[in-house]
This record gives sequence, C-alpha cells and structure tokens, in this order.
Amino acid sequence: MSAHESNYEPTSRLGKWFDERLPVARLMHGQFVDFPTPRNLNYAWTFGGILTFCLALQIVSGIVLAMHYQPSAEGAFASVDHIRRDVNFGWLIQPMHAVGASMFFVAVYIHIFRGLYYGSYKAPREVLWILGVFILFAMMATAFMGYALPWGQMSFWGVTVITNLFSALDSIWAGLGTAITEWLWGGYAVTGVTLNRFFSLHYLLPFVIAGLVILHIWALHVAGQNNPTGLDIKSKSDSVPMYPYAVAKDAVGLFAFLIVFAWFVLIMPDYLGHADNFTPANPLVTPPHIVPEWYFLPFYAILRAIPSKLGGVIAMFASVLILLFVPWLDTSRVRSAKYRPYYKIAFWFFVFTCVALGWLGSKPAEQPYVFWAQFFTFAYFAFFLIALPVLGLIETPKQLPRSITESVLGKSGGGGAAVPAGAAAAPEKR
Amino acid sequence: MAATAEEPNRRDFLVIAGSAFAAVGGAISLWPFIAQMNPDSSAQALASVELDLSPVKEGQAITAMWRGKPVFIRNRTKEEVAKAIADDGAALPDNSARNMALPESDPATDANRTKQGHENFLILIGICTHLGCIPKGQAIGDSKGEFGGWFCPCHGSHYDTAGRIRKGPAPRNLEVPPYAFIGDSKIKIG
Repeated sequence: MSAHESNYEPTSRLGKWFDERLPVARLMHGQFVDFPTPRNLNYAWTFGGILTFCLALQIVSGIVLAMHYQPSAEGAFASVDHIRRDVNFGWLIQPMHAVGASMFFVAVYIHIFRGLYYGSYKAPREVLWILGVFILFAMMATAFMGYALPWGQMSFWGVTVITNLFSALDSIWAGLGTAITEWLWGGYAVTGVTLNRFFSLHYLLPFVIAGLVILHIWALHVAGQNNPTGLDIKSKSDSVPMYPYAVAKDAVGLFAFLIVFAWFVLIMPDYLGHADNFTPANPLVTPPHIVPEWYFLPFYAILRAIPSKLGGVIAMFASVLILLFVPWLDTSRVRSAKYRPYYKIAFWFFVFTCVALGWLGSKPAEQPYVFWAQFFTFAYFAFFLIALPVLGLIETPKQLPRSITESVLGKSGGGGAAVPAGAAAAPEKR
Repeated sequence: MAATAEEPNRRDFLVIAGSAFAAVGGAISLWPFIAQMNPDSSAQALASVELDLSPVKEGQAITAMWRGKPVFIRNRTKEEVAKAIADDGAALPDNSARNMALPESDPATDANRTKQGHENFLILIGICTHLGCIPKGQAIGDSKGEFGGWFCPCHGSHYDTAGRIRKGPAPRNLEVPPYAFIGDSKIKIG
C-alpha cells in the first residue's frame, strides 16, 4: 500500500511460518495498527469507520432478511410483514436494515461535508475522492432498489417515477427512452418482473460497494489522512499510531452513533419511512403525494425545480455527477476551510442549501415551494461552479501553522521541541 | 525483439488483430445477458383486451388494464366534447395527435384523438407522460385540473378534456392506444 513499513513481528512460530507464506497479518498490522494518523483528527474523522460498520451491518442484516423475503409481486408485501411479526428476531433485524439505510446516508453525508470543509479532495487525494463519489452512486442505486422490495405504494410509485426518468431521452432520440424503460421493467409497466430483478441487483450491489470501499481505503492509505489543518504529516511528532489513538476515538464516535441508531430501531422503527408504504402496491392508484426517502429529497427537489422534463432529469443527475469534478473546480491551494474565511461562509450556505432543498423536496409541487426550489437549485450549482473556482482566486487565506504539531501545541511545541508540561503528548516512544 | 524488426511489425499486427477479435467476441457475448431483461414473451402476449362500454353512461369514466397499464375510458359530456374541439386551435405544448394508430405528424385535434362516430368516447393510456403517475380525474370527486380533463398530483400536470397536456412539466399528450369498435359499444384495445 503506502511507503509506510509495517513493524509487525510475529510472536509465535505458527505466526512466523504463516507470515513467510501469506503476510496478511503484516499488511493489516501496518495499515490498521501502527499506521501513522495525524494527531489532530477531530470527531468528523470517525465517520469513515462508522460507514464501514454500516456497510457490514447492512450486508449481515440483509443476508438474514433474504432468507425470509419473497421477491414476487404477490408475496413481497406479506413476507415483510411476516418477517416483522413471525420470524424470530425479525422485529429487530428488519428495522435494523431499514433504519440502517437511513443511518448509512446520515453518516455518508456528514463524511462528504467533512471532505468538502477540510478540502480532502485536493491533491494528492483526487482519486480517493472520486472513488468515494462512486461509492455514493452505488449506495444510491442500492438504497433505491432496496426501498422497492417491500412492494408498498411508495415502493411501487417510487420505482415508477424514477425509472420513468429515462423516458426523458425520448425527446433526444424518439423511442430510446421508452426502450430503456421497458428494458429496465421487463414489461410495459412496473410489475413483479421488475421487483425480481431489483432484488437480484440489490443483493449484488453491496458487494460492489465493498470492493470500492477497499479501493477507497487503499487510496486513503497511499496519500494518508487529511486533517483539520489540511497540512501534510512532516515530522514524526505530527502523527500518532492508528492503534490505540484513532481506533479509540473511532470507537467513541461509533458508540455515540449507535445510540441514535438504536433509538430509531427500538423506539420509532418506522419514523423515517412513509405511511403510504404500509398499503400494498396498486398499479391503478397513485398516492396523492409521492416522495422518496428523506436522503433523496434534495435531488428530488432539483428534479422538480426545472419546468422541463429532460431539463429536470439532467439537472438531477448533474447535481450528483458534479461531485466528481470538485477536485478541479476548486482553485484554492489551501485545503482546510479553517484558513479560508470566504469559503467557510460559502460552505455553510451550501449546507443550508442542501437542507433547504431537502425540505422543499418533501413539499408538493406548488408555489411558493417551486420558486424556492429553483432558487436553491441555482445556489446548489453556484457553490460548485462559481464559489469553488472564484473564491480560490480572490480570497486571502489566513496564516497557516507551520506544522500539525504547531497547531496543537502552539509555536513552542513545533519542530520537535521539548513537549510542554501538561500538553496532550503521546506517552509512547517515537 | 530482433533488432531488424520495423514498426509496426508482424507481432504488433497479430496483437492488435487478436485483441480486436477478443473485444468484438466479448461484446457480442454480452448481448444475451443484456437482452434477457427486455419484456419476455409472456409479457408481450398480453397484447389485447375486449371491453363492453354500454354501462359507461355520459359523464362517467372507467379504467381498464392493457399491457399492465391503466387505460382511461371516459364517456364525455357534450360540453366536454365541445370544449375539446374549441381548444383545437389553442396554443398546445404538444401538437401531435399521440395516437398510436396515426402518424406522429398528425395534429392534436380532438378528431385525431377519438374515433369518428364515437367522439364522445375518449380512450387514453392513463399514465402521465412526465414520470408515469396515474393522473386524477377518473373517479367522482377527483380534481380534474384547470382544463377539466385530468390532473397529475405528482408534479402538477394538467390535461384537458381531450387528454392533451396544457400546463405542467409533462412533455406529451396522454397517449391514445390502438383500439377499434367491434359492434356498437364493444371495443378491442391492442
């Protein structure tokens, strides 16, 4: 992986024997035990670990659910009820999976905002960032197909609306959009055939995500972690070994996250869902107000903000795809928003924009919501296309500390000087 | 490699030809795995349905199923027909008949969207051309939108009494399926 050498020493003869044949323990030790992590990481950096946990939990709970679920138009709705009422611990595992999807998105959005705030996408971490965007795409596809599986009214009509997005291509090349939608549906409308293939792909995609996550972590361990100052690790005093320091901090973050998670699973398991999804799918009745799950609402608001069908679809896809270009849209050479006064304002306005779009996406397509959806859609794209390139050119960044150590210990602690009394110095030998 | 070899040499040619062969073969063998997702024979077989329209009185509407899609059948009142014909000259966002039995270039007049002699019956695929919701307007008490036809609640598309899009994000008029009257009040869709 990286230039960092593992100082793994097998203690047993078996360990030595194995290490000479397959040095997997050496690899894990080097990457996850004595890997150097910046000493100033804050709790925003615990979400990588939290996300790994989320993926593992979704895969494990999903495999269990697949043992009891029936992917057919006739059986799906009843089988989800059956899991919740009859299957041993189904009352726990089904909400864990459904709430888990929401919590996965909570964590991934915080993780992405963290990256945007601290400039974690800048050189040399562009590939790391792009792999992350690919993971987001795969997560969105997986979540969308997973939401179809209970085959309630929102499942059915969500699938109908989203697959129909492709029919917008008919206005570019007559028949192309229809051909694609019929190919996706396996019929002339959304049916049980569609459900069946969605189930197959919903099972497959998490393993694709797992593969992308391995590449994402690999790329992370080549460049090393970014940190709140955005400075590179220059001396030994800038870093601490991953174990126990970063691992312990990750564990604290994970447990705090799990408290919220458990509260939803155990106390209000259906709060994040939609009441209409407790009605079995009916292809003849559209619910009066179709909304996606909360984590898609900002994109849904962008889709509806544009008054043309094709334009709305293009804007919605562009709003996600634009993330791929962020490393090149940002012209500033300073990574962390901590030292960028204007960018910091733009960033928080962007966060507000995303929350506002999410709220607007949950509202019906009427005035004044449409106007504000258009306003914030403009703001969303302006952040990427105007703020990121322009601010880097006109902004005067604040004075950066000379090193990570200096940012933690003040000037006297910089450059490997004697550790001041009472400072949070690492006790182990360096 | 021999020092005398010139570029491109025989080996380069073989490598390129071999790779091209493998690429084309790989692409072709993907096809069955892509095409299997298209509508299968059993889905295609559900191609036509017959219906008796005599119980549908003036002003009433029923919804039938054809190819898994809802079909709106409305026995329009005289005022609704008159309004639809009067709007033939209005500024229509989509001026194509959208009648599967007619060429696409035919204008979206009320006559082109109904059958001669049965102008009161408007028969449409009841799927909003925006993102596939089922518009409201079939049941008594439904909102019929600003133009008295159908209203799609999902994203606010308004259709008139000839099923033409008049306002909202939908790009096309509601589609008229291929159908024929077999006898006075019976139709065959498909």
